[in-house]
Amino acid sequence: MSFAIIQTALDNGLIFGLVALSLFISFTILNICDLSTDGCYMLGAAVGVAVTISGHPLLALPAAMLAGICSGYVTALLQTKFGVPSILAGIIVNTGLYTINLMAMGMKTSLNVVGTQTIFDLFKSLNGSAFWTTWSRSVLLLILVGVLCIAVYRFLGTRLGLSIRATGDSIAMVRASSINPGFTITVGLCLSNSLTGLAGCLIGQYNKNAEINMGTGMVTIALASLIIGQTLFGRGRMLTRILGVIAGSVIYRFIIALALRLNVPTQAFKLVSAVIVAVAIAAPAAKQLILNKKKQAEAIRERKAAYAGKGEHHAEN
Amino acid sequence: MPGKGNTMLKIENVSKTFHPGTINEKKALDHVSLVLEDGDFATIVGSNGAGKSTLFNAIAGSFITDEGYIELDGTDITFMPEHRRSQFIGRLFQDPLMGTAPHMTIEENLSVAYLRASGVRQSFWGRLAQDFSRINRKEKELFREELSLLNMGLEDRMESQVGLLSGGQRQALTLLMATVVTPKLLLLDEHTAALDPGTAGKVLKLTKDIIAERKITCLMVTHNMHQALEMGNRTLMMDSGHIVLDVKGEERSRMTVDSLLQKFAEGAGQKLDNDRILLSR
Repeated sequence: MSFAIIQTALDNGLIFGLVALSLFISFTILNICDLSTDGCYMLGAAVGVAVTISGHPLLALPAAMLAGICSGYVTALLQTKFGVPSILAGIIVNTGLYTINLMAMGMKTSLNVVGTQTIFDLFKSLNGSAFWTTWSRSVLLLILVGVLCIAVYRFLGTRLGLSIRATGDSIAMVRASSINPGFTITVGLCLSNSLTGLAGCLIGQYNKNAEINMGTGMVTIALASLIIGQTLFGRGRMLTRILGVIAGSVIYRFIIALALRLNVPTQAFKLVSAVIVAVAIAAPAAKQLILNKKKQAEAIRERKAAYAGKGEHHAEN
Repeated sequence: MPGKGNTMLKIENVSKTFHPGTINEKKALDHVSLVLEDGDFATIVGSNGAGKSTLFNAIAGSFITDEGYIELDGTDITFMPEHRRSQFIGRLFQDPLMGTAPHMTIEENLSVAYLRASGVRQSFWGRLAQDFSRINRKEKELFREELSLLNMGLEDRMESQVGLLSGGQRQALTLLMATVVTPKLLLLDEHTAALDPGTAGKVLKLTKDIIAERKITCLMVTHNMHQALEMGNRTLMMDSGHIVLDVKGEERSRMTVDSLLQKFAEGAGQKLDNDRILLSR
């Protein structure tokens, strides 16, 4: 693998790691399946690129996060106040976001950053050395994602963070502790969607492009990363788990890069990620199934042997 | 002040009907009125479907009642949402797994429960500062002390996940969480029924001690007639959404398990007159 491929995989892994981190908050911690991820990611990209084009690449980051927060707020409102089942709430918001995203891009299906600088350009221009020109993007992403990971970790240790964790763990206990679960779910979803929006903005600035369908299947890809991270780095301390999620995303990108190298057509990637998610989630149950079958086969063999030993001589062979 | 005869809980004409207007219509509470003095500890008996849990749900705010008025320590809580009431009302369920978060540590569980210590009505900035603060050493010390009162060795396992504890330990922890900030009212919904006899006895003793020490006003549902007469200072009996018996003082001390059972049968007998006997003929 050439350096360029490794670097792209690392950069993409870090950016998509934010989406995986977002699902870590909604799916793992809050125990809510937030299916608005696709649209929210695209929303972040659309808003981010639009603001960047207007000449404010730095402002694009908080703008995209704010857009994500709004999207998360609507998803949360539907399920906490109006009793819409959480999966349905995500799907409704996701559908609505398609139009919103088109609007954010001025009713065009694609936007390109031309003529203005991105945060990656700004960061690169800090230093002229050859190393910096190649690696500045990765360094910037490492810093950004690292800071966010630590911020999320610190936040989950605060009283509000603990309340959010408790909401996904035992809602009865949360109600008994004078915490409004509607509030904690709302804060959690706003936080998670702000990360998704930010990831969209970063990828938009990274590729200098936003295209209306780029969010499709994002939730599966992020879930695949999340599961890879959780499988490899276990369910230990919170910080390990958070960093594991990012690592899982980077590993996923390396798998994709490897597949590219082996001339797997890009069109197949979505299938590959779907298979990874399905296999990873199904693995424990499948393992148990195989174990049970093995036990059964063994038991039958033993019984047969015992039966044969009872003097049925011709059954010996 | 506790024990001075101030009214702690006042329930007036509270009714709740489930599935109104359908064939499954069920009057779970039918104009129930009840007054608990400060420091009262009342046990409640009654057959399944008598309305005991519905009464608890009405007090705790799991739903808003169809009619009636509920007052706690002088505050009208009739329309207060459940999470707001829980600042003053502690509650334990029959299921020992319900009141704790299994994937969080003992310490984290206690600190979430300890959130009740600070008032709900704070300034915006005070609230924000509290939301973003962390468990401090003083609180950890407090939790350790409280845990050691349980005599279960949990004070040395504050970093372990609650999911690893036994049902009895979890129920004891839930009891501690419900009382770490002294509630105005404690609702015990058969909280020892799912435990083995030994553990149940231990949790019951802890319950008695904590209630006596902190002079908590308490309502306890039980199916054990002995407990119903021995624990607390009042015994209530419910049937078909009514409180059919309310004894205390001398009258209560004269009661035996047999006479209570007799009353129980009388309550059920009325129902038999109404429908079952008719059907059997």
